[in-house]
Amino acid sequence: MASLKDATAIVGIGQTPFAKQLPDSEKTLACKAILAALDDAGIAPSEVDAFASYTMEETDEVEVAKAIGAGDVTFFSKVGYGGGGSCATVAHLAAAIATGQASVGIAWRSRKRGSGPRPWKNTAVQLPTPAQWTRPFGLLRPADEIAMLARRHMHEYGTTRDHLFNVALACRNRANQNPAAMMYERPLTRDMYMTSRWISEPLCLFDNCLETDGALACVIVSAERARDCRQKPVYVHSTAQGLPAQHHGMVNYWNDDPLSGPAWTAARHLWKQADFGPEDVDVAQIYDAFTPLIPLSLEGYGFCGRGEGGAFTEGGALESGGRLPINTGGGGLSEAYVHGFNLINEGVKQLRGTSTAQVPDAATCLVTAGEGVPTSAVLLRAP
Amino acid sequence: MADAKTKQEPLLTPTVDDDGAPFWEHAARGELRIQSCTACGELRFPPRPCCPHCQSFDSEWRKMSGRGRIWSYVFPHPPLLPAYAAQPGYNAIVVELADAPRIRLVGNLVTAPDAPLNSIAPERLRIGAKVQVAFTTLDDGHTVPRWVLERP
Ligand SMILES: [Zn+2]
Repeated sequence: MASLKDATAIVGIGQTPFAKQLPDSEKTLACKAILAALDDAGIAPSEVDAFASYTMEETDEVEVAKAIGAGDVTFFSKVGYGGGGSCATVAHLAAAIATGQASVGIAWRSRKRGSGPRPWKNTAVQLPTPAQWTRPFGLLRPADEIAMLARRHMHEYGTTRDHLFNVALACRNRANQNPAAMMYERPLTRDMYMTSRWISEPLCLFDNCLETDGALACVIVSAERARDCRQKPVYVHSTAQGLPAQHHGMVNYWNDDPLSGPAWTAARHLWKQADFGPEDVDVAQIYDAFTPLIPLSLEGYGFCGRGEGGAFTEGGALESGGRLPINTGGGGLSEAYVHGFNLINEGVKQLRGTSTAQVPDAATCLVTAGEGVPTSAVLLRAP
Repeated sequence: MADAKTKQEPLLTPTVDDDGAPFWEHAARGELRIQSCTACGELRFPPRPCCPHCQSFDSEWRKMSGRGRIWSYVFPHPPLLPAYAAQPGYNAIVVELADAPRIRLVGNLVTAPDAPLNSIAPERLRIGAKVQVAFTTLDDGHTVPRWVLERP
C-alpha cells in the first residue's frame, strides 16, 4: 500500500484581511487569498490542476478556476459538515497529488459570516432529519447544541467555567500578539469573562467564536516539487477523517456515548499513520468554534485521558511556553472564524518559524477540524 | 410568568419526515412511542428505515412509560428566533428514558403541559432529576411532548 506520509507538502499560504465587514464579495475574497497563496509558493495560476473546498463554500471551483486562470483541472473535491471539513481539504489534495491525479492543488475557504446571515435563522429551509427532534424545543443554534454537551462534561468530570476561560484566554493572548487578528490588542480578563452575557448557559459570549468576513487558501504539491518552491516546505505527515459509528452530528445525544466524539475516530487513524505521538507535538491548532471543543479534542486526540480535558488547561498549559501551546494565531475564538482554515495556515507558519507567537524550534503541529461534526485532522511536519 | 406566553410568532413546528411521522402521530394521541425493530427488538432513535443491529426493515412503535431523567440542560439567550426570545430564560433539556437510558429526547421542562417554556424556575433543573412526559398541542395543531418534574 502506498504511503501518503510526507509525500506532499504545503508550499504556499494566503489570506485576506479579517473583519466584521469587508466590501469584497466572497468570490473576490477567495481569488485574493488563492492568488496570494500561489505567489507565496512561487507557482503560476496556470499550473493549478486540483481544487478542494467545503460543501458550504459558495465559490465553486469552476468559477474560481476561471477567475484565477487555472489550467485544466483533473481533481476536485468538496467535503461536508461545515467546520469538520477544513483539514480534509488538505487531505484530499495530498492523496490526489501523491497518487498522480494532479500536481498543484488549492484548498480554500471564503466566507462572509460577519456581515452575512446566520444559517440557524433560516427556518424556511427544510432541515436535515435531526432538526425535527431538536428545533421545536428551542435547541436552535450550534452554541445550544455544544452547551448541552458542555454541561454534561461539567457534571461527569468536574470541568468548570474557569477551564473554559483558560481556553478563551490562551486564544485571546495569542491574538493580542497577531496584528492580523480581529482581537489584536484587545485583552481579555477573567472578570470580563465571568461577567459577560450568556449565549447558551453554561456558555457565555467569550465561549463563542467570532463571526468573520475573510478568506484563506493554501497550495499543496508533491514533496519532490516542493524542493523547488519559494518557501520552506511543510510536509503533510498524516491525515484522517472521522465519522464514528452511531454519530449524529452536533446533536450527538443519540449516540451511546455522546461525549466521545469524532475526534476519537480521526485520532486513531491519524496516529496509526504517524511516526510520532501526541507527546511529540510541539504546537497544536485545535478547532475552537466554542471553548468546550478544546477539552473534548484534547481527550479525543490523546493529549490526556477521558474526562481530563478541563484539568489539562490548568497552569497555563495552553499558553506559549506551556505543555501544549494552542491556536497561536488566536484561533476561531480570537483571530477569525473562517471555518477553521486559519488554523491550517497558522500551523504552516509555525513550522516555517514565522508565527507571531512562534514556538521555538517547532517541528510538529497538529491541526484539527470541527469536533462535534464528522471531522478531519492533519499532522504537519517541518523538513 | 404564565401569562408571558407571547403568540405573535409561533414556535417552530417539527419538519416531519417519513421515518419520523409515526412518532408525531402517536404524540397527537398523547402517547410516547419509540421505534423498535420487529426482528431483534432493539429500540432506535431517531427513527430510521432499517435496524442498525440486524438490518431488518420491519419496525413497530413501542409504548414507553414516559418516565425519564434529565441528562443535561441549557438556557439559551439571545440572539434567538422571536418566539423563543419572547420567553427569556427558557430551558432546553435532554431526557434519557427510564425504559431505555440510551434513548434520549430533546425537550423542555415546564410546570404544566401548556405552560410557557420558561415557566419553571431555573434552579429546579438538575442533571438526574426525574421527569415525566406530558403533551401539549400548539396553536397550529401540532402536538409535542413536554416534561414535568416527577416531584413538582
Ligand atoms: Zn433489529
